[in-house]
Amino acid sequence: MAIIEVRDLGKRYGPRVAVDSVSFEVAEGEIFGILGPNGAGKTTTVECVSGLRTPDRGSVSVLGQAPADVRAAIGVQLQASELPERMRVGEALSLFSSFYPAPADWSARLGLSGHLKAEFGQLSGGLKQRLSIALALVGSPRVAILDELTTGLDPQARRDTWSVIEDVRAAGVTILLVTHFMEEAERLCDRVAVFRDGRIAAADTPSGLVSRVDGSCRVRFVPSAALDVAVLEALPEVSSVSVVGEQVVVSGSENLLHAVTSLLARKQIVARQLRVDQVSLNDAYVRLTGGSSDVADH
Amino acid sequence: MLRIIEIEARLFVRDRLNSLFSLVFPSLLLLGLGAIPALRTPDPQFGGLRFIDSYVSSVVVFTLVFIGIQRVPAVVATYREKGVLRRLATTPMHPARLLVGQLVVNFAAAILSVLLTIVVAYVVFDVDLPHHPLGLACAVLLGGAGTLALGLVIAALAPNARAAGGWATVVFMLLMFVGGVYLPRFMLPSVVVKIGSYSPPGVEALQQAWLGTAPDWRHLAIMGLVSLVAGTVAARTFRWE
Repeated sequence: MAIIEVRDLGKRYGPRVAVDSVSFEVAEGEIFGILGPNGAGKTTTVECVSGLRTPDRGSVSVLGQAPADVRAAIGVQLQASELPERMRVGEALSLFSSFYPAPADWSARLGLSGHLKAEFGQLSGGLKQRLSIALALVGSPRVAILDELTTGLDPQARRDTWSVIEDVRAAGVTILLVTHFMEEAERLCDRVAVFRDGRIAAADTPSGLVSRVDGSCRVRFVPSAALDVAVLEALPEVSSVSVVGEQVVVSGSENLLHAVTSLLARKQIVARQLRVDQVSLNDAYVRLTGGSSDVADH
Repeated sequence: MLRIIEIEARLFVRDRLNSLFSLVFPSLLLLGLGAIPALRTPDPQFGGLRFIDSYVSSVVVFTLVFIGIQRVPAVVATYREKGVLRRLATTPMHPARLLVGQLVVNFAAAILSVLLTIVVAYVVFDVDLPHHPLGLACAVLLGGAGTLALGLVIAALAPNARAAGGWATVVFMLLMFVGGVYLPRFMLPSVVVKIGSYSPPGVEALQQAWLGTAPDWRHLAIMGLVSLVAGTVAARTFRWE
């Protein structure tokens, strides 16, 4: 059963179209990732799903109802939303937990226990982010919407946060995750939608997206003896061959390596400096978003 | 809701400088001026009253204008700019409650501050206790409401917290001037005195209730009207983000 259902969503700000006909469904217990460059409509889409914005067109339902009617069941972590400077971490947690019928305390799990008396204005970026996640989960939500979950966290804190999210999912929570980090999407998401210009360019499992890319595998080597490029090109697994200096670069499908090495063995040629590159989700993302370089790192 | 008020109250007190200014400064101002002997001498210009007697109502004006115009719009505009209101909009609690909490706490502070001024004026300078306590209560409540509502209009219309601060300072200065805080009212041109009677928080009604017999109901009605109109404008034009 679909917990989140978005149908033909459209939203514009004045003349600018932010989201233009977006549809997707998220099943119960799933982690659904939203990727895409800045301005692709990611945040507007999750704001509509959170009930913060009213769509101009199309429909959004969460747990079968309008998002604004099920706020208590949705936990939201927003980009760039702060708390009063002098509010303490403990006060924020107790204030937010007073809004919900069955609050849950994630502060220890998120490493906030030692900072309960610290004021929001004095927290580091990473602690602010962790507090923001704790507040999103404080109401024991059935759906968690996390916009840029680990932006601003150091690599260790990022990995810790991922394991928190895995625990949250294990508790049966459905998660909508906006991210810039391909590693995060690969690790956490069951399915991913890549946004581009207010539309979904592709939606699939992370490995499904990777396999859509032509030449998803690449083998590079220096042959020990002269090699006829045409023989390589004749292999069904090979999509292209190029020669750079003495190095031969072969691109093709997943079984490329086996096909190339068997050919070389038959010809009694040794492949020196053999390298195999698998196309990553990052490469697939760059192709799908038209070569946008808006990927922070991976 | 109680939890919100409690936390807003803590935040209010934690902001030392501003809470000191709201609660204690008005009484200190009175003490400072009262320390000058000439201002404690009866003067025929005030109809035999002392300067200090006629100035107590202007001290109340300072309190209400400081809280309503300087304090509240700054906090509200900052809450909006920092996304605090937006963050609350995703929870089952409407962000309007945060603003209500903010108003309750500031109103309570204003009342405490006025009570302190009354006590200081009475104990230290032997100024009469308010002649018409009910009238003074009405004048403070309606005047405070009108000032807060005006402050909320600033918060609603200002594009950001900086602009809100700038606009608020201008309005603050003007209201202090017509309310007789800078110069005693007898030194002001009669037209300014007139304006002061009708602009929030309504110094004339405060004065009348404290030292005269009863506040003029027209002055109170005007304050009620200002609260209503400004409150409606603020509510209509308020942006949550």
